[in-house]
Amino acid sequence: MSTSKFGEYGGQYVPEALMPAIEELEDAYERYVLDNEDGFMDEFRRRLRDFGGRPTPLQHAEQLSERYDAEVYLKREDLVHGGAHKLNNALGQVLLAKYMGKDRIVAETGAGQHGTATAMAAAHLGMPCEIYMGERDINRQRPNVFRMRLNGAEVNTVTVGRGTLKEAINETMRDWATNVEDTHYVIGSIVGPHPFPVMVRDFQSVISEEAREQIRERAGRLPDSVLACAGGGSNTMGAFHEFVGDEEVDLYAVEAGGSSLEVDEKEGVAPNSASLSTGDEGVLHGARTKLLQDSDGQIMESHSVSSGLDYAGVGPELAHLVDEGRVTPVNVDDEGALEAFHRLSQEEGIIPALETAHAFGFAHENPEKLGDVTVINVSGRGDKDLESVIEESAKRDLEAAPDMDVFEGGAGL
Amino acid sequence: MSRIDEAFADGPAFVPYLAVGDPDYESSKAYVEALARGGADVIELGLPFSEPVAEGPTIQGAVTRALDAGMTPEKFFEFVEELDVDVPLVCMTYYNLIYQFGDNPGPRPFVERAAAAGIEGFVVPDLPAEEADPLREACDDLGLDLVFIVAPTTEGERLQRIMDQVSGYVYVQARLGVTGARDDVSDQTDEALARLEEWGVPKAVGFGIKTGEHAERIVEGGADGIIVGSALVDIVAEGHGEGRPAEDVAADLEAKARELKEGAESGYAQRVPEPEHT
Ligand SMILES: Cc1ncc(COP(=O)(O)O)c(C=O)c1O
Repeated sequence: MSTSKFGEYGGQYVPEALMPAIEELEDAYERYVLDNEDGFMDEFRRRLRDFGGRPTPLQHAEQLSERYDAEVYLKREDLVHGGAHKLNNALGQVLLAKYMGKDRIVAETGAGQHGTATAMAAAHLGMPCEIYMGERDINRQRPNVFRMRLNGAEVNTVTVGRGTLKEAINETMRDWATNVEDTHYVIGSIVGPHPFPVMVRDFQSVISEEAREQIRERAGRLPDSVLACAGGGSNTMGAFHEFVGDEEVDLYAVEAGGSSLEVDEKEGVAPNSASLSTGDEGVLHGARTKLLQDSDGQIMESHSVSSGLDYAGVGPELAHLVDEGRVTPVNVDDEGALEAFHRLSQEEGIIPALETAHAFGFAHENPEKLGDVTVINVSGRGDKDLESVIEESAKRDLEAAPDMDVFEGGAGL
Repeated sequence: MSRIDEAFADGPAFVPYLAVGDPDYESSKAYVEALARGGADVIELGLPFSEPVAEGPTIQGAVTRALDAGMTPEKFFEFVEELDVDVPLVCMTYYNLIYQFGDNPGPRPFVERAAAAGIEGFVVPDLPAEEADPLREACDDLGLDLVFIVAPTTEGERLQRIMDQVSGYVYVQARLGVTGARDDVSDQTDEALARLEEWGVPKAVGFGIKTGEHAERIVEGGADGIIVGSALVDIVAEGHGEGRPAEDVAADLEAKARELKEGAESGYAQRVPEPEHT
């Protein structure tokens, strides 16, 4: 039996109608994922390799290493098919749904990256798929909306609340509760009721499995630190999992500091998504974890310039590791992330997802925390974010940003 | 015997639901009182939570209006204290609000405050039997009932687990999905009632009941009570949308309550053979 709790966190707080499906999933997780029944894990690994493009490289970043006076290695999850780590989990879950005999997939998405990955995996495995996405996120991540539709998924707009990830999760849970008998909900991070947090972590652990091997080969030793951005926390736990036992490796979960760490209790708005750094214990979307909430327990609307981090909760395992002192929660604000986005694009030739840029923002602001050898998880690529970056950069006076209104060289536009 | 048990003791119980504070505090009070006049036997008072995952669009809308109008757990309790009704009141809300109330996390302060305000039981749609022990204990200590939902998908061991935890009544979810009024009555209801036949608590059916005729059919089919939410919230929402005076909306609610209560009674009369006259 896998345990449903991480200390006090985790559990299964869902409507009764879903409990049998969750028990069924728990059983399937134990048989197929943990015990490799019917060769499930072999097939998953094979598809991750052939369809997903794994293993991803661990790249030594020369410019960054020089700048920060540390050996900086990049785990290139942006090179996974679809452009983000999200495929590791989506492929695992869609395949599992298939083994379970389900015939319909639903998923929520914030940045659209998880929706895209799920739509790809569903098309790859021949499963019909519906995606729920907040209206606000649809507007700021249009390329991904188009990609999901290209892969044959139906995209449903969620208009309630602020139209971000939290509302999309609510709506997907409602769909699941209605169609639970033949539908699997591919949750996009290490959140939700047990067994989702452990299962998603297991699917994402391939990141740290590879990275641990690769860094020992390349640097001849374990890193002093591993950095990853944390929305729900799936790429974070994926990048950390195999290092958790290595006490000498510092693990930094970089959250979205948004525009401020202060909250507006009255408006019910947190201008950040830093639930590990500033949240309190509570129950949301099926698990007990750290949440952005007011003193009554109403969930706050969160904020981040990156839609993939814009969520009021975080995975229970990560919350637990923070309480234990094993993972250090830190945060970078919108501006720091945008600066890092431009800097990485120019200096390393990698256009990172805005989510990922938070991890680079932290490295830039705290080079002394990196130690001699660091691994930064490049959770995704930034093609999806170009429209937002142009718009958000224009609002600010960013040192690293190119001035898009000025073209030198007289191209004669 | 708790007052909730008594409410089910003779004849079918009509159990309406409204979100407290929808569309505002004072109107909401008038609406709840109108339901009592219309024949409610137990009233489920919804304490609005920002993430009502088990609700359909109707109740989501109500919850949003109530939150926008400033409803909070403490105001909810004051509302309960001010209500002028003589039927048992059940608080329906999500676990995070129960867990967060008071200075230390955990359900006890909330249950204590609820008991002091006059609440007699709880329905918590996102708290399955597996996670309910702390709330169950607090309810037992303070003499409150804890109602559980049995879904169309609930079978086998899960039924037993719920039976061990439930008190007051069991909320029989008539069909899969989220709350919302429907034009048909699912036969998932009949199957669910059959599965619970042996249970020693009253069986109240909810999810989708809209008319007196639905109520009649469901009680005739063996239900001990009917729970109606969205059909009533629809009346509130429409009245609010059209800007009608609260008294008029209250009158409509009272009439709807009467229709549902009479439907339930008529279903019951058809089920129980008339005692023979000598
Ligand atoms: C590229 C990328 N990185 C990170 C995240 C954050 O999610 P998580 O913390 O679950 O990895 C997202 C979510 O959409 C994403 O698209």
